[in-house]
Amino acid sequence: MDRQTQHGCRIERRAALGLGICFTLAPGLAFAQADPTRERPREGDVLIATDSDKPTPLTPGDLEVDAKQTMVWPMDAASGVVRNGSRLNKVLLLRLDPAGFDAATAERAGDGVIAFSAVCTHAGCDVITWHADRRLLECPCHNSVYNPMEAGKVVSGPAPRPLPALPLRVADGRLVVAKPFTGRAGFQQV
Amino acid sequence: MPEPQHRQATIAAIAVALALCAATASAQQPLPPPPTPNTPRPVPPILQSYKAVTAERLKQPEDSDWLLYRRTYDGWGYSPLSQITTDNVGRLKPVWTLQTGQVEGHQAPPIVNNGVMFVATPGNQVLAIDAKKGDLLWRFKRPIPEDILLLHPTSRGVGLLGDKVYFAAADAVLVALDAKTGKELWNAKVEDYTHGYYMSLAPLVADGKVMVGCSGGELGVRGFVAAFDAETGKPLWKTYTVPGPGEPGSETWPKGDQWKTGGGSVWITGAYDPATNLAFWGSGNGGPWMGDQRPGDNYYTSSTIAIDASTGQIKGFHQYHPNDSWDWDEVNPPVLVDYQHNGKTIKGLAYVARDGYLWWLERTADKINFVDGKPFVKQNVFKSLDPETGRPDVDPARQPGTGKKAEFCPSLWGGKDWPPPAYSPKTRLLYIPANENLCQALAGSPVTYTAGQRFTGIAPENSIFQIAPGADHIGELQAWNLDTGQKVWSHPLANSPLWGPVLATAGGVLFMGGTNDRYFRAFDASNGKTLWEFRTGSGVNGVPVSFEVDGKQYIAVQSGWGVDAARMQARLNIERPWEFPDVPQGGSVWVFAVD
Repeated sequence: MDRQTQHGCRIERRAALGLGICFTLAPGLAFAQADPTRERPREGDVLIATDSDKPTPLTPGDLEVDAKQTMVWPMDAASGVVRNGSRLNKVLLLRLDPAGFDAATAERAGDGVIAFSAVCTHAGCDVITWHADRRLLECPCHNSVYNPMEAGKVVSGPAPRPLPALPLRVADGRLVVAKPFTGRAGFQQV
Repeated sequence: MPEPQHRQATIAAIAVALALCAATASAQQPLPPPPTPNTPRPVPPILQSYKAVTAERLKQPEDSDWLLYRRTYDGWGYSPLSQITTDNVGRLKPVWTLQTGQVEGHQAPPIVNNGVMFVATPGNQVLAIDAKKGDLLWRFKRPIPEDILLLHPTSRGVGLLGDKVYFAAADAVLVALDAKTGKELWNAKVEDYTHGYYMSLAPLVADGKVMVGCSGGELGVRGFVAAFDAETGKPLWKTYTVPGPGEPGSETWPKGDQWKTGGGSVWITGAYDPATNLAFWGSGNGGPWMGDQRPGDNYYTSSTIAIDASTGQIKGFHQYHPNDSWDWDEVNPPVLVDYQHNGKTIKGLAYVARDGYLWWLERTADKINFVDGKPFVKQNVFKSLDPETGRPDVDPARQPGTGKKAEFCPSLWGGKDWPPPAYSPKTRLLYIPANENLCQALAGSPVTYTAGQRFTGIAPENSIFQIAPGADHIGELQAWNLDTGQKVWSHPLANSPLWGPVLATAGGVLFMGGTNDRYFRAFDASNGKTLWEFRTGSGVNGVPVSFEVDGKQYIAVQSGWGVDAARMQARLNIERPWEFPDVPQGGSVWVFAVD
């Protein structure tokens, strides 16, 4: 994937330069290149628990079905760089029965494990609450509730948009990022 | 290399662009130079003649102006303008309105200096507006860092001095703007937003300084008030609301390093007494929320603190309730007012507390003394107050703890949250925007500090908001006589909580919004009767003000529902589904006058 597409601009590189647009991407690109720990999760990244002392990539078997979300950081599998330089890179993992997934969620799951940005789209708090009985995620700050089995859609509360999903796949037994976030992580500024 | 079809598209796009340029050039010879971002915008005449704000004007403002958060340093929220009266307020009509382009809670007062209005909004934005006509003169917007954790996305206004406008940006940076152009003159880092510090208050300008504090009580901050040189932005002093080891009051934090994350955040503009050069600031609750996790009285959380503006030294304080376990921030400043008590005139402070009590205090040059206190809403936590010190005798059954659930009233939002009360010297009444009949159940959990993360020790399932059984209303505008200590009247607002700051005027009219029906209302200051109401597009959370231009009195306020008003509304709808209306967000400034 070229960088323009990754950062949300679909205009072909040479045309973009020729017409003098897409310049606003430049600072972001330079910043991302300067600090890989702040770069958003990339295809091929593995996932490690935020509270783990060792950077051990997680496998589906590390997660209990229906259990509270596990907070993870993406890690570049080749270099071992943990992308914990921005809190917007924090990801939550759940392992649920795929029978309840909608089509989009099923496509993004790796062996029943699904991943979302851990940052509420309302005011930016970490989404730390899990209602096991209803299988819903909740942000403790302003009570936005998300349904992970329906692509992170907002069930109630002030959040203006779903939690961005992070598509996964399983490779060599490990959970691996299949595609970048499906939307912008973090809260929306006007 | 691009693929062939992309290359063709590229060539076509460039050809179209060139053709358009050529066509435009030939049709409009000669072309004037297009404006560019480097071209300074002409300064409008009203700003060319901008009237500098002096220290004297802040102390003795013209009747026509509203230069401070509450207009005057004493925190009254009172305008001496009297054209709009109880007789003619029924003819009040909108003069102009202006969309802010922002959502969330619009809480700031429109600050007005000689016909120029400055409005702070959510989204790190300040607008300068022709107060009479509604022309937008300039707009300042500072990007908000994408990784900030902004629990209360709002601003409560700007401060003024000289030709400068001071804005406390959400990312904990104090910004000075040129009042004539809106250009940034300097900025000063106040604290580190990645560690949970953010700002939402209007700066207090006094004694040649700009004083600010930080929000972040839910994120493990250590509260403070900091002063900066008004001319240069140079940091002058920083006084923590939680004392460090060896400092007076540190004995109230006996356990380890808890003072480092002890809370006591400062998120409402202080009051100021020029006679003693003391600034009176309120402080938030301790952190984490459960008192049993931080033994001791925890000075100076949930307190009013008197700080010497010249040195930053704490000269006096009154802690309303030690070792808070109810999330009762006491961040409003007290109203500076002299009142009668037992036949004596007290140089006083009146404080409407989140803990549900109205407090009468005495202010001196080096001390704050307790005088009296009584509940103004249903309060079942304090069994009594010590007659000498005012220290409450807390019912242990009403004090939640770690793994210990307790039910208590008022709720964690208190008998009154951030919206300021108003005082009228004409009626000698204090007007309180109260929330009655709200209670809470809380239980704490152990919590580990992580920089910049939530640090309350409260799981959502252990925080249950409750409406008291038999409640027939929630919001309630109250009027109290500070001399007699009696409530004179109250105006219940049947189906809404109340999140409306109050404006008192010499015309005998009060103004207040704050209800979920989106109305902005006028009340008779003598009896609470509704005299006028107007429905805006969103709920009115802003501080109303009054000003005069060309001999005509105006009323101004921001409409824009959000932050805790919206959060409480969501909780009420969980308690009583569908009884409380959806309140759309979206901010606007409104100005009204009588024809």
